[in-house]
Amino acid sequence: MPANASEIAALLDSGNAVTVSADGYRARHTGNTPPAAAGASTTTATRSWKPWFPVIDYDRCTNCMQCLSFCLFDVYNVDENSLIEVRNQENCKTNCPACSRVCPEVAIMFPKYSGSPINGEPVNASDLSREKMKVNVSSLLGGDIYSTLRNRSDQAKSRFSTERSADKALAERKRCLDKLQRDGFIPAEVLAEIDLTNLPSPEEIQRRAAAASAKAQAALAANAAK
Amino acid sequence: MQSLLKMPQNPKYSQRMSHTLYCRCAYAQVISGPVKNARLEQLCASGEEFEAVPDLCEMAAARDPRLAELAHKDDLRIIACHPRAVKGLFAQAGCPLPPTAEIVNMHEALPAS
Ligand code: SF4
Ligand code: SF4
Repeated sequence: MPANASEIAALLDSGNAVTVSADGYRARHTGNTPPAAAGASTTTATRSWKPWFPVIDYDRCTNCMQCLSFCLFDVYNVDENSLIEVRNQENCKTNCPACSRVCPEVAIMFPKYSGSPINGEPVNASDLSREKMKVNVSSLLGGDIYSTLRNRSDQAKSRFSTERSADKALAERKRCLDKLQRDGFIPAEVLAEIDLTNLPSPEEIQRRAAAASAKAQAALAANAAK
Repeated sequence: MQSLLKMPQNPKYSQRMSHTLYCRCAYAQVISGPVKNARLEQLCASGEEFEAVPDLCEMAAARDPRLAELAHKDDLRIIACHPRAVKGLFAQAGCPLPPTAEIVNMHEALPAS
């Protein structure tokens, strides 16, 4: 590599933006330091920024609000025009692209993910129809939120909160995690970080799901009225 | 803020104001080191003016105002990863790319120079 390309590469790898012009090159530190060593894990490197968040392909997105209803960590929200947006990206769980699987349009990307089409590669017809794309990760958190949302009768709500013993919920989380791991969908290091005994309670999940769903319904109603 | 200024070693550097943006993808091994280095070498050898950033994803996440400035350039060329992802990052940062923007995907083979 020519000397200046090596120098520029080193500056970039230590967190500098570089402007190359006829006068030479100028470096400006961005304030963050990327994991410099080749092969360093994105989950173990020390840094102030987490390179993991969903990116919406607005050419594909239909504003169906499924992602907003699904995410329990407030990553998604609606903007002033009632359109979906990624609002709290720092809440996103590192290396887990689970929400991309609930999007019916395959419009959710994670640019740092290795697999297609989640990494931004073009979406083909088989991606759209692939059942493997669809996953209900709510059971990972201890409850079938989707059936609760689909059938929001009081009866269904009370069954959700009263019939589940802590042991049963824990067993279900483990079963779901095993399946996701077998499918190669959630990396082992992410699973290792999940404290199965310290996940939100079914009641808390239900509360968050209801809040997210209410937001989605309000946005859908606002969009329908346009 | 650290700032360095060096004289170019390549006499081919032109005076033309160019709007080429090279992304180093520094936070993950999404693009392999040799591929990123080969592109950077090619850019340096071309004598073209360009801007290089450690990580476009990071800039988009921070809604870096430089992205909006770049998105207003008619002759913008971005050397990064999958065009769908790059377009999405700019849109998410509140500054959608113009249709004229060219995105060079480093996942694809480097053309012979
Ligand atoms: S689930 Fe997909 S199509 Fe629906 S709002 Fe979210 S990103 Fe858009
Ligand atoms: S835009 Fe693509 S190449 Fe650039 S940092 Fe993000 S994933 Fe890497």
